Amino acid sequence: MIDPVKLNDMIDSSPIMQDFADIESSKLPEYQVDSKIPEGPIAEKWTNYKAHQKLVNPANKRHLDIIVVGTGLAGASAASTLGEMGFNVLNFCIQDSPRRAHSIAAQGGINAAKNYQNDGDSIYRLFYDTVKGGDFRSREANVYRLAEVANNIIDQCVEQGVPFAREYGGLLANRSFGGAQVSRTFYAKGQTGQQLLLGAYASLNRQIQKGTVRSFVRREMLDVVIIDGRARGIIVRNLVTGEIERYAAHAVVLATGGYGRAFFLSTNAMGCNGSAAVQAFKKGAYLANLAFTQIHPTCIPVHGEDQSKLTLMSESLRNDGRIWVPKKKEDAEAIRAGKKKPTDIPDEDRDFYLERRYPAFGNLCPRDIASRAAKERCDAGYGVGTGNAVYLDFKYAIERLGEDVVRDRYGNLFDMYQMISDDNPYETPMMIFPASHYTMGGIWVDYELQTSIKGLFAIGECNFSDHGANRLGASALMQGLADGYFVLPYTMQNYLSDQIKVPRFSTDTPEFDKAEKDVRDRIAKLMAIKGTKSPDEIHKRLGHVMWNLVGMGRTLQGLVKAISEIDEVRKEFYSDLRIVGSADDLNTELEKALRLEDFLVIAKMMAIDALNRNESCGAHFREEYQTADGEAARRDDLYMYVSCWKWTGDDSKPILIKEPLHYEAIKVQTRNYKS
Amino acid sequence: MEKTISVNLKIWRQRGPKEKGSFVNYHLDNVSTGSSFLEMLDMLNQHLVEQGEEPVVFDNDCREGICGMCSLYINGHPHGPVQGITTCQLHMRKFEDGATIVIEPWRSAAFPVIRDLIVDRSAFDKIQQAGGYVSFNCGGAPDANATPISKEIADVAMDSATCIGCGACVAACKNGSAMLFVSAKVSQFALLPQGQVERKRRARAMVAKMDELGFGNCTNTGACAAECPKSIPLSNIARLNREFIKAKCSD
Repeated sequence: MIDPVKLNDMIDSSPIMQDFADIESSKLPEYQVDSKIPEGPIAEKWTNYKAHQKLVNPANKRHLDIIVVGTGLAGASAASTLGEMGFNVLNFCIQDSPRRAHSIAAQGGINAAKNYQNDGDSIYRLFYDTVKGGDFRSREANVYRLAEVANNIIDQCVEQGVPFAREYGGLLANRSFGGAQVSRTFYAKGQTGQQLLLGAYASLNRQIQKGTVRSFVRREMLDVVIIDGRARGIIVRNLVTGEIERYAAHAVVLATGGYGRAFFLSTNAMGCNGSAAVQAFKKGAYLANLAFTQIHPTCIPVHGEDQSKLTLMSESLRNDGRIWVPKKKEDAEAIRAGKKKPTDIPDEDRDFYLERRYPAFGNLCPRDIASRAAKERCDAGYGVGTGNAVYLDFKYAIERLGEDVVRDRYGNLFDMYQMISDDNPYETPMMIFPASHYTMGGIWVDYELQTSIKGLFAIGECNFSDHGANRLGASALMQGLADGYFVLPYTMQNYLSDQIKVPRFSTDTPEFDKAEKDVRDRIAKLMAIKGTKSPDEIHKRLGHVMWNLVGMGRTLQGLVKAISEIDEVRKEFYSDLRIVGSADDLNTELEKALRLEDFLVIAKMMAIDALNRNESCGAHFREEYQTADGEAARRDDLYMYVSCWKWTGDDSKPILIKEPLHYEAIKVQTRNYKS
Repeated sequence: MEKTISVNLKIWRQRGPKEKGSFVNYHLDNVSTGSSFLEMLDMLNQHLVEQGEEPVVFDNDCREGICGMCSLYINGHPHGPVQGITTCQLHMRKFEDGATIVIEPWRSAAFPVIRDLIVDRSAFDKIQQAGGYVSFNCGGAPDANATPISKEIADVAMDSATCIGCGACVAACKNGSAMLFVSAKVSQFALLPQGQVERKRRARAMVAKMDELGFGNCTNTGACAAECPKSIPLSNIARLNREFIKAKCSD
């Protein structure tokens, strides 16, 4: 066995990575990225951009077509806003209605720097907290813009009739989320994502009624069509009829969410997938920072092998709930054996490990830290339930506030918990454990949210942009809506300004013919395998590999093993997959198989990215790199860059392209949530 | 503690909208009572696929009761026998060992069956497109705190806005009426100051679209509210009636 530290030094100087990536090509000058960050001081960059960008006049807008794939917060807000501006928008989703996109399940809230609570909040502080929360691996200029437009989002949503929670005086209420010392989170009960999405859906409906947006439901994108180096259309499969359809446009926007279901079990919806990202990847778009996947600390633990998904318990619960495990191992053992109940453990024998380790932020430390701390306690033998669970206890909140106040704040979440676990959280503490929840990594985009393919944009969770190595709670809704309402509608005009002479074109071109043929061949190839395993069975196997080896704690050996195991799963997929039914028909098994094929690509890239990043930062925790007290140890001298990956072929090695990160407005330091 | 049970399933299977459907019987052993209802159907489908048969198809997505995608008429109740939850939140511990469970799609003229348990609910989108919004373009909104709204009003609007658009109300109604669905959206905006300008137009347009799409009339049986997984109250329908009459009187 080689000393892991030595091995890592070898990777830094690249011998091991040569097995997995094309190191030589990486050094070529053509593999540079231009992030197009505007000139000027950070607070003026976006203003400068908007002042100098090119525009499209109203008469020309209606001659320009834009495809938006996805109807979550990012997709619906972008489609409706582009429609309001007068563009001709084609909007696609895989569900039966745009209102069902998984943004709907976001519970806790949305951040903005309104400083309504007079607690010292500001745009700079929201920007700072987000960059720090992301462990200094995000692009400074993007994050500042995000913080800058966050306030507009709240104004916009209130005007749409989103019923945010209010105080008795009639003004908006706020609560606190992890990684912040101010109360800046706006919310609508535990259903903030639902209300924001329904707001965007309503705006979208208004444009559909007006005819500026055409909505295509139950359609899944299977390829992006490139003509003369620009994204000009998509190929989709009609999920009801099985027909393959073509759509052309002047620009294509991907708003297709994250790839968290690479772990099989996650808090994502069953249909969530990373397929659009893989299709873009194979056409030349870079995928970035794929190792940065968020494991959310407060989910209901796994109950058994037949489980299909995990349910999140909102981070807002950490405002009033206290997280603990028994101090004594024998108590933990007795609880696991069913001989003791949590309520039998006196306060002095409870280890409130987050409050102990991170006194300044306590139970509200960021998600990556809370997740790892839970895993650390469980690995050390203090876990409860099956051993992989900790307590989230409301006893203290009920004593302090009364049961009615707790019910008013969290009633629907408590009901949801009781439904699933059959335990009453008013009487006994909740059991929680971390689960895959969100992916910070994704399609690489520049400041304009354009990918490395001209005319192909990526917004919301499916891009990599704003959260660095870890996303703070209540920031996903903020980013999705910032991209869709306030950023893309501007940058899109800058792109389309020189496209006004390009006439609306037909889909009868050789490029569309080839893309459709490729899709048909791909489907035929999968249908012809006629093996014995269902897509779900193989997906579960992939999920086990990813959770065990590319999950919360990663090691060099583990990642090397993960890559070879993913290759094994891939072999099984191509040799033993069984898809019943026909391809020219409604076929949910085929849908799953196509998504799984893409997950296999993403999963391997996640492992390669994690292997390349020989440091711990945010949610990416390489066990070799930790401080004496178990905190993530970054290596800014070597890894302060965005790792962008370029696809070179199914069986050849990807090329790593580095986008260096520069911090001018923020002093880079070690994250500290202790004091 | 969780245990395992056996269940007998009677499931509606139908190839397409125009084809004749029928109940098919299945037996399933070793179902953990900790599993959700849809996980039980996943198990059934896994068995069917292993035998080379096509799985029973059903709409589902978030599996935590909020997206509104899942449906299913279970033992005569939309979203099953437990009140206030969606099908995906129903757990097998609510069923006895050896129980017979009858599973059907939503049955309503306005929701044609696509295949097996999947129906076409696009009529709901069309009703929302007719007026379920505040006509306001992005950009230029006043400060969010410029118009105070009392907590009581905001809370009632929030309760109406909680509708997930699943269609259980229509499925539960003997007339196939969409009044609860429409009234929830009309109420949300009728209560809030932002919705005032288009209040009348909205009530008229949404009701007209609902009628046009073949939903039945409301006879106040209250089945919709009783079966609603989000417990949207019947008072919304009363409010919609007032809104509609006021709008008509001003014509």
